[in-house]
Parts: sequence; structure tokens; C-alpha cells
Amino acid sequence: MEFLGKYKAVYKAKAGCEDILSKAQDGGIVTAMFAYALEAGIIDGAIVAGPGKEPYKPEPMIATTVEELFAARGTKYSISPNMSLIKEATRSYGLDKVGIVGTPCQIQAVRKAQLYPIGLRDVPDKIALVLGIFCMENFPYQGLYQMVEDHCATKIDNVTKMDIGKGKFSVYTERGINAQIPLKVTHKYEQPGCHVCLDYVANLADVSTGSVGTPDGWSTVFVRSATGEATFNKAVEAGWIVAESMDGVKPGLELVTKLATEKITKNQKYLEHRKHAEHAALKPLRNPYI
Amino acid sequence: MGLFEKLKSLLFGKGDVSEGTQDEKPVASKQEKLVSAKHEAPVTKAKPADMMVEQKPIIQKPKEEKPVADKITVGHVHMSGCTGCLVSLADNYEGLLTILDKYADLVYCLTLADVRHIPEMDVALVEGSVCLNDECSMEEILETREKAKIVVALGGCACYGNTTRFCRGGQQNQPQHEAFLPIGDLIKVDVYIPSCAPTPQQIRNVCLMAYLLLKGTEEQKALAAAYLTPLMRLAGGGADTCGCSHTCACGCDLMTEIINQGLCCGCGSCAAACSVRAITMQYGKPQIERDLCIKCGGCSAQCPRSFFSFDVCGQYESITHLIGEVMKP
Repeated sequence: MEFLGKYKAVYKAKAGCEDILSKAQDGGIVTAMFAYALEAGIIDGAIVAGPGKEPYKPEPMIATTVEELFAARGTKYSISPNMSLIKEATRSYGLDKVGIVGTPCQIQAVRKAQLYPIGLRDVPDKIALVLGIFCMENFPYQGLYQMVEDHCATKIDNVTKMDIGKGKFSVYTERGINAQIPLKVTHKYEQPGCHVCLDYVANLADVSTGSVGTPDGWSTVFVRSATGEATFNKAVEAGWIVAESMDGVKPGLELVTKLATEKITKNQKYLEHRKHAEHAALKPLRNPYI
Repeated sequence: MGLFEKLKSLLFGKGDVSEGTQDEKPVASKQEKLVSAKHEAPVTKAKPADMMVEQKPIIQKPKEEKPVADKITVGHVHMSGCTGCLVSLADNYEGLLTILDKYADLVYCLTLADVRHIPEMDVALVEGSVCLNDECSMEEILETREKAKIVVALGGCACYGNTTRFCRGGQQNQPQHEAFLPIGDLIKVDVYIPSCAPTPQQIRNVCLMAYLLLKGTEEQKALAAAYLTPLMRLAGGGADTCGCSHTCACGCDLMTEIINQGLCCGCGSCAAACSVRAITMQYGKPQIERDLCIKCGGCSAQCPRSFFSFDVCGQYESITHLIGEVMKP
């Protein structure tokens, strides 16, 4: 279980509101949590991956209303540097309680920022709610573009949804699934930095969520910290989120554990390889982990 | 004190508060406190109300091995810098008072303490770079090293030269001053606090951890050592994390040490940390406006892929809680 990090509880959950679900990736947990937290005053705003100028190119944005949050629904399979706004949120936006959503590496950055706020004056105590999303790897935009336009032969402007699941990358247009390619094909477009990542389910988030483990339309939710627990339970009470036990859910935690183990052992091997111990003539590459 | 000890040994099986006085606030050992605080605190709450004042230190910090009887001594040594780092230290506001009350005596500081010569001290926070053309500075940096157990390079100038890297002399009223070096080029430095200006919270954390390292229990020492290790490595101690000099920093480090090494995850921490807004995120990677960069080292130090400790960051909840507790006035 060590690969899934510490958690207080795990649920099968989805948003309680149809508006969120209609354009959510899976259970709409991130949108629902932030919407509840905004309404309840737990956060003043949230840093989310909003729509960018180019189709499916996310741009980090600070949502201070539920409407703005809704604009950011759905997964974008590309890099949204959400941490880049963490200081700005507390400055020009004047937020005292900031929510942030991110991939596991971004959540690691949040926690490092809280303990080592080297260039982030007055930021650590203003981080109020940290939501993590499961992440196997991410694609720089140009890589994603290549996958969609070249491999899937689909104009990216016409895409209505992208999805990764069951070993395939699927591209949807108005007419439904337009193209599917095996994930194997997409590997070479992955961000190199993803290959040293030792976290699959955002172990350091307050609450982490992702589609893996639960049926379509639902999300798996790990409630990890005291803050996360309090907020999640209140969001369920308030009806923003519907949560059910993971007991008996197929494929359930077994699949989450399997994928986490696969990712992390593979990347541990890669980190080991980066030492270049097998070639005396090669100098080692840098290892970020202390 | 008899009652005090009895109560304590009853509750926690230890009675090691005898040397402390009640108004001196003990620091809890982090893990112990968190484990025990939850279970034990309610027990003490049930005592009569008139006992509360005396009990308070125990309620907050059960199981302390040692109350804060002796503080550490800290000095601020001002080399060629703008005093921004010192202002940043002062910007802890009431937190600074708490630190000075309970954990550290400020034994040397040109602006805040009336002491003329550098005394013996536990921790020297050195701000600014050293001007080679100024004999007095050269003497002072040497004296600092000799008199301080731990030398902390406070801020970009002391760590990496920062804006003083761009000096070439000719300024009134000392036009002959043109050669400035980060202190690490002249003396051995133990801990780095990069960035311009370093943040009040980072300075506070280092001060608290230095206190725990020097005065804490074994457990606290271990935590403090784990926390400080990356900052010590930045200063060149322990295993080398990168091939370059420990006294050079630049926005370029994001390219040479992070992206070139295949480590960038595109989180944007660097862009947020940059104090001169020289970094923007373009297509998920940092784009550095190198002419704007002042070489403070903040971006690469903030990057989660420059250093990251699962041991320390994994305990973010308890460490944050600990800092909150010990910083209570």
C-alpha cells in the first residue's frame, strides 16, 4: 500500500450536481470540491487548469467564482503550470485562502513551497485546500498535438473530449469516438521529467482523485489530511459530492495499486539507471531526491 | 514543581521538567507531540480550572525532553548587501519577538543590537557579499567564520553574489570597490537561504531548525538535520547535487540543472518564486528572460526537482503544525 501514500479514507464518489457532471472528465470531484469550498468560504479562489488560447492547451487560471470553475471542467492532457500562479493569487488577486489542483509533481511542489518557501513570501499559510489528481504521465502541448493531429488524424479544433483508459488514448468529436491509439504509441511524447516521478496518486494532497478503480462516471477519492477530511465530509453533507464505500467496487483499489506499483517501480529503475553505474565511462545524471 | 513532575510522570511516564521554569515554553518533539497530543490532551483538560495556567506548557507540548532553558545565540553580519534580508527577518513581526523571547538571543546586529565587535555565537546569518577591496570586510568574514558554529549565507548576495555580481566599481563614494564575492568563495558556509529577498518564513524555519539542531532532543535533532540537509547541500556540504560551482546561480540553472537533466515537470514553481518576474511558463516550460535575472538562485532552489525530500515533505502536516505551535507567543 505504500505506493498509495497515507490516507484516512477512500471512496467511490461523484459530484452531486448534474451541471458539473455534464462536462466533467469522470466524477467531477475537483470542480465539486472547489465549488463547495468557495461557497462555504473555505477558499477565496482556486488555481485550476483553465482553457487556453489554443484548443486543449490548458492555461493556469485563478477561479474566484463557481462559473469560472465550471469553465475549467474536464481533463486536459497537457501541462498546466498551476504553481506559477501561487504567489500571484495571494498578491494581485489578494486571496488569503488559496485552493490549488495539480498532478502529483505539482502537489510535491506545493508541499515543498510550504516547508521551504525560498521565493514564496507569505504564501505557505495561505494554501488552504490542495487537490491532487492521479497521473501516469503528462504530455507537452506539442506532443499532444502530434498525437491528435498526426496519429489520430483528427483536427484538434474539432475534438470534444480526450480520454486515457484501458490502455488506449481516445479522441472524441461530436460524432463520438473518432480515433483510438494504443498508449504505447504515445509514450515517446511524454514529458521527460515524468520518468523520474515517484508518485501516482498525489500522496501529499489533502484529497486526491482520479478515474482509475471506479466505474465510468465515478471517481476514486483518497482523503488524506485533516483539512481534506473535514472539507470532503462537509462537501458530502452539503450534497455537492455523493460518496460511497469502495468495498466491492470493481476494479477497485487493486487496479489503482497495480498501476501505482507499475509506474513507481519503472521510474525507480530509471532513476537507478541514471546513475550510469553499469558504464564506468558515463557520468551520473542528477538525482533530485534526498 | 513537585506536582508538576508528578502529573507529568503520571501522564507521560517522564518527569524531565525539573530544570525548567514554568514560563519558559518547551518545544515539543514533533512526532511524540503529535502522537501523544491527540490522546493525552483531553485528559489534562479535565483538571480544575485553576490549574490551567500551570498546565498549559504540558498540554501544548507533552513529553518534552527539555524545556527551553537555554536559547541559541544568533547574529546578523552585514556585508555588502542592501539590508533587505534583515528587513525580511524583521518582517516576521510578532514571530520575530517569539523567536527572540524563547529560542534565540540576537547577540550581534548592526541595526538591532548595540554590539560593536563580532562575538562568539551559535548561528551567524550573513547578509551580502564580501568586497575584496575593503580590508574591514575581509577581516569580518574571517572573524565570523571563526566565531560562529553555523554560518548561514542569508540571501542571494551571500550565497551567489546576486546583484553584486554585476558590480564593476566606480560608484561614489567608494569608486575603488569593484570586486565582490559570495561568502562561500572565501569561507566554508554551512547553510544557504537563497533568493532575493529571502522570505521571512524561510528565515524563521531555518532559525527554528537551527535551534532544534543545537538544543533539541535526539528526535528533534534528526528532524532538524533532515530539514536542513538540502540547504546544507546547496552550500556545498555533503554529497554534491550538481556539477557546477556552489557559489554561482542564475535563471540558466533551470535549463542546465533541471531541463537539460530531463527533470523538469513544468509545475511553474520557478516562475512563482522569481522576484523579478524574469520567468514565464511557455508551453509548460520555464522561459527565462536572462537580462532580467539578478542571479539570486531562488528559482532553482524552489524547483521541486532541484531537491526534494520525501522524508521531510511527507511530514508537511506535522511540521507545519509544529511550527505553528512553537511560534505561538
